[in-house]
Amino acid sequence: MGKKQLMKGNEAIAEAAVQAGCKTYFGYPITPASEVIEYLSWRLSEAGGEFVQAESEVAAINMVQGSAACGVRTMTGTSSPGMSLKQEGISYIAANELPCVLINVQRGGPGLGGLGPAQGDYFQAVKGGGHGDYRTIVLAPSTVQEAADLVMEAFDLADLYCNPVMVLTDGILGQMMEVVQFKSGTQRELPVKDWAVKGSAEHADGQRRIVTSYYLDSEKFEKFVKHLGEKYAQIQKAEQRWEEYLTDDAEYLIVGFGTCGRIAKSTVQMARKEGIKLGVIRPISLWPFPVEAFAKDVKGYLTVELSLGQMIEDVKLAVGDTTPVEFYGRQGGMVPTPEELLEQVKEKFDLK
Amino acid sequence: MNKVFDKTKGLTDVKTHYCPGCTHGIIHRIIGEILEEKNLLGQTIGVTPVGCAGFAERYFNCDMVGAAHGRASAVATGVKRSLSDKVVFTYQGDGDLASIGTAEAIHSAARGELITVIFVNNAIYGMTGGQMAPTTLPEQKTSTSPHGRSIEKAGFPLDMPKILSQIEGAAYIASGSVDSPKSIIQAKKYIEKAFDTQLAGKGFSFVSLLSTCPTNWGLSPRDAINWLQENMIPYYTLGELKTWK
Repeated sequence: MGKKQLMKGNEAIAEAAVQAGCKTYFGYPITPASEVIEYLSWRLSEAGGEFVQAESEVAAINMVQGSAACGVRTMTGTSSPGMSLKQEGISYIAANELPCVLINVQRGGPGLGGLGPAQGDYFQAVKGGGHGDYRTIVLAPSTVQEAADLVMEAFDLADLYCNPVMVLTDGILGQMMEVVQFKSGTQRELPVKDWAVKGSAEHADGQRRIVTSYYLDSEKFEKFVKHLGEKYAQIQKAEQRWEEYLTDDAEYLIVGFGTCGRIAKSTVQMARKEGIKLGVIRPISLWPFPVEAFAKDVKGYLTVELSLGQMIEDVKLAVGDTTPVEFYGRQGGMVPTPEELLEQVKEKFDLK
Repeated sequence: MNKVFDKTKGLTDVKTHYCPGCTHGIIHRIIGEILEEKNLLGQTIGVTPVGCAGFAERYFNCDMVGAAHGRASAVATGVKRSLSDKVVFTYQGDGDLASIGTAEAIHSAARGELITVIFVNNAIYGMTGGQMAPTTLPEQKTSTSPHGRSIEKAGFPLDMPKILSQIEGAAYIASGSVDSPKSIIQAKKYIEKAFDTQLAGKGFSFVSLLSTCPTNWGLSPRDAINWLQENMIPYYTLGELKTWK
């Protein structure tokens, strides 16, 4: 463990990447994510890596593809409109089964939107966004410490599954300063990247390596897509992550990720003082969605999001039709207060 | 009997999918020969485009990465920044580099990226069936300019080597053709110099080659060569447009 430091969320993400062994970063400036690229512009070369400020988000993600194909730990970061531009590259990276880490410090959308925090990129992050049958592992932190931890974890998961991993934060988490302590090194045994291009003279077997995703033979292509499907099923089984807060005796649960999950904890403390048995499920892995967390005997769920309601679809799929699933959201960069959420709990579940 | 010619080890034995009379094969062979002659095959990573050369990773006998449409020089940037001691080249067509990937090409040059870009200009989208390209000549008929490219509606062709030669970070820019034995020998010298530029760490290197597309031009291979000589050679700037040697 390193020493405790006070850091901005975006800078903690950037430092965590360096400490996780990230060797290349390709990015483009955008509010509220710019501290990631600013920090890495000096820090990465200090740590023996390479940094490129790309001409566009599109170029940046394709540089990531090239770097990932070399077996190097690589990352790009942006905010919502930038992430839209990266979707083409993410599809190719997933198809090429290349490991990389993507950061999205979400702001309000659609369109140019606003600069305030939002969670409206849930669908894009979790359901795809680029073309074709692929999945991105998506991790959503709710504190600066957790953001740093999950970035390190993201590099491991990317290498383990040869898949892009996204850390989905928002403008609040990116701009907020908190105490953070960087954990040392990976404990996991990770597969050797013998598929990486290095120049054929570098390969022990002398065989050249090809990284591509082009198939004109439908039978072979189906076989490959089914292989992806099996990998995704394995990830769904092994990588569901979530946090529970006072769920043991809870009659009602707030479901919220990232910033919303954090605010909901304060709501629970207030509710408990009034005798309302409220708890929180905070999904940490958004894909795979933590379906296992929802095997609960409760009277109702309130999904809280900084959007018009996107994760609620996954909550409903996980809960089934046995228990009511309600929704409350704020948009445009507005954030609910704990009091506001308590009011909603009372209103939706008739507890007044 | 002495063997006077052998296929280069720079290319694999996989049969190419190129149409009869297409000049991609000549350009592939030149690159393969240079990589073999310079003993670079084991240290080279090639990046392929989307378009007719989208399967070229099967043909070049070195490590290869396939890029999305137009993104080859961005992918090559990622490779070169990760493996700075290796040789990195892209192989791109005119739709790929001069249209959807213009930004990537120009900014790789601006950064002085130590990569070699081979640009094949046949004035048409070949793989998708002969649509108008950014390099299609005025009045040239294609499947999306059936009455000939209208300057009023579709503007003028882009002369990529001329544009790139204006960029400070570009160290070597040459523009040739593969329409005759003489021009093929010249093209090989250009490509050799381009790789030398990269090896010497001088900056971005780029070779444009005028090429034919008999299938989509609707001409026999011989007539296609004539068409290139009569129409493309007078239009496009040829020669070494920028060099450091």
